[in-house]
Amino acid sequence: MISLAGRDILHAWGKFLFTGIGLGLLIGVTLTMAGVYRGMVDDGKALLDNSGADLWIVQKDTLGPYAEASSVHDDLYRSIQITAGVAMAANVTYLTMQVRKGDSDVRAMVVGIAPGAVGTPGWPPYLVSGRPISRSHYEAVADIASGFRIGDHVRIRRHDYNVVGLTRRMVSSSGDPMIFIPLKDAQQAQFLKDNESILQGRRRTAQNPAFSHPAVPGLLDSVVASQSSNPYVNAVLVTVKPGFAAEDVAASIRRWQRVTAYTRAQMEGILVGKLIATSARQIGMFLVILAVVSAAIVAFIIYSLTMDKIREIAVLKLIGTRNRTIAAMIMQQALVLGVIGFVVGKITATFAAPVFPKYVLLIPLDSIAGFFAVLAICMLASVVAIRMALKVDPAEAIG
Amino acid sequence: MDKRGIRIEGLSKRYGEGTTAVHALKDVNLHVDAGEVVGLIGPSGSGKSTLLKCLGAVIDPTAGRMILGDEVIYDNGWKVRDLRALRRDKIGFVFQAPYLIPFLDATDNVALLPMLAGMPNAAARARADELLTALDVQHRAQAMPAELSGGEQQRVSIARGLVNQPPVILADEPTAPLDSARAMAVVRILNDMARKYATAIIVVTHDEKIIPTFKRIYHIREGVTHEEAGEGRAIDHGAST
Repeated sequence: MISLAGRDILHAWGKFLFTGIGLGLLIGVTLTMAGVYRGMVDDGKALLDNSGADLWIVQKDTLGPYAEASSVHDDLYRSIQITAGVAMAANVTYLTMQVRKGDSDVRAMVVGIAPGAVGTPGWPPYLVSGRPISRSHYEAVADIASGFRIGDHVRIRRHDYNVVGLTRRMVSSSGDPMIFIPLKDAQQAQFLKDNESILQGRRRTAQNPAFSHPAVPGLLDSVVASQSSNPYVNAVLVTVKPGFAAEDVAASIRRWQRVTAYTRAQMEGILVGKLIATSARQIGMFLVILAVVSAAIVAFIIYSLTMDKIREIAVLKLIGTRNRTIAAMIMQQALVLGVIGFVVGKITATFAAPVFPKYVLLIPLDSIAGFFAVLAICMLASVVAIRMALKVDPAEAIG
Repeated sequence: MDKRGIRIEGLSKRYGEGTTAVHALKDVNLHVDAGEVVGLIGPSGSGKSTLLKCLGAVIDPTAGRMILGDEVIYDNGWKVRDLRALRRDKIGFVFQAPYLIPFLDATDNVALLPMLAGMPNAAARARADELLTALDVQHRAQAMPAELSGGEQQRVSIARGLVNQPPVILADEPTAPLDSARAMAVVRILNDMARKYATAIIVVTHDEKIIPTFKRIYHIREGVTHEEAGEGRAIDHGAST
């Protein structure tokens, strides 16, 4: 038996090809959106992986440091350090901001890392060039996606930092590249105001009689000094000694330190389930809309192609063609349209991903699922045309 | 009557019920022997199309009998379970317009029917080629319908009607779009094919040019048929489509 669908497609190949290309661009957008979601999840996991921590100690009853603001005293790490099961504890700050890069600026997550070496929690686990931070101030390690090169100067607040090393795939959950600077500088940068504000703040404090009591000399200087320093960090990153369960150590810290401690699994749940949940829902909604639009396009095209063949279908039915042969012809055409669309869409997504502003992670599983989803959509979309074709009265061929 | 032919006895068709009922066919009697070409003529609204649709098993008659060869196919109800297979295997159709499938070449337009009946592709194409040769359109076998002239399309359409060697062919105004010479050529082909394949052919027509060529004619008026002897005028064998 000859393939009626195949012959019709070969006969009207231009119509099928160009419709398939149009559909393919739509499928390409759909695959790219799925890739954006995967990229967001991957960014979140990269953030956790690269922090090198087993536990995140944050302000009590907050979802910090990534999903909510969190601040804990910078001496907290000392008491955590001596908790049973803790291998290392290190302060860390996170601040998402625009950093100056020559005449332009770059959105980046500035990470303040405690003194130490590669392997200390919070430090970038590897460099692709240059060296780690070795001085206490004004040195930086930047993710290569930020566009900085070794020797560049990064302006953060009022200070310039010399880029001494470059790393890769160190990004925030939003995909912003990270720039690592010494912890003290980062603490200062979080609350550093301009000179005018500092002067006005000092004047305001000096005018307060409570701080200028003659019986307490030096009080005003102490208050002013405390106002211009920042003894807080956003979190303490902890690694657990081998043989200890992270959950047990976290429970101990929660109990004795009056802080909240998250394990890796809990932090991943916060990132994926809360921080990017809204974006994920938006993308999911977008995927549904694109799927509906794709189905509508396929349905319309197949319906139109079938309408063009009403007389031929009547003749086919009159001369004894089975309904299932006619239905198969229409469905096969819809599936071919879907396959053309998917191939074009996959190619489009593959080439578009590197130039997309966000990290797009195209995984084979999504492509396979997408392929079968496209086939299912095409099959569903062909139902309208099939119903119409099966209703055609063979008597129409006679007149 | 030869066993390969068609006979209709007391066939009627009513549309609607009660006071709004329309009796399109009333006690129609008709027989066409194998190898015979019979004309069916009548004014518009006389019931020609309804009769053709009943004969083609496309609509259900209301009452009567239809006998195809030696098989009763309708006796106040269809006696055949699969009307689709009946149309495919026992009835050939030739239309006013050829209605060829536009995405199949001439050979496959003809070969499609035996393929649908389960014949292997090669055998179906061989049979199609044989018919296209008999109808002198073999040289256009690989052409698509859009590349064929009107006469060539009609000959391919006739080949399609004949390909399953049905006992009966229903031709609905097959010469309407053709000029006189081509119309006569089509009639000659139908007569030749009827004799060669022992097929009973019923030609519904308004075409005054071809009516004199029939030896028997059925007039249909207000749903009732009347048989008349035709002139049976000889057809010029030089006529070509």
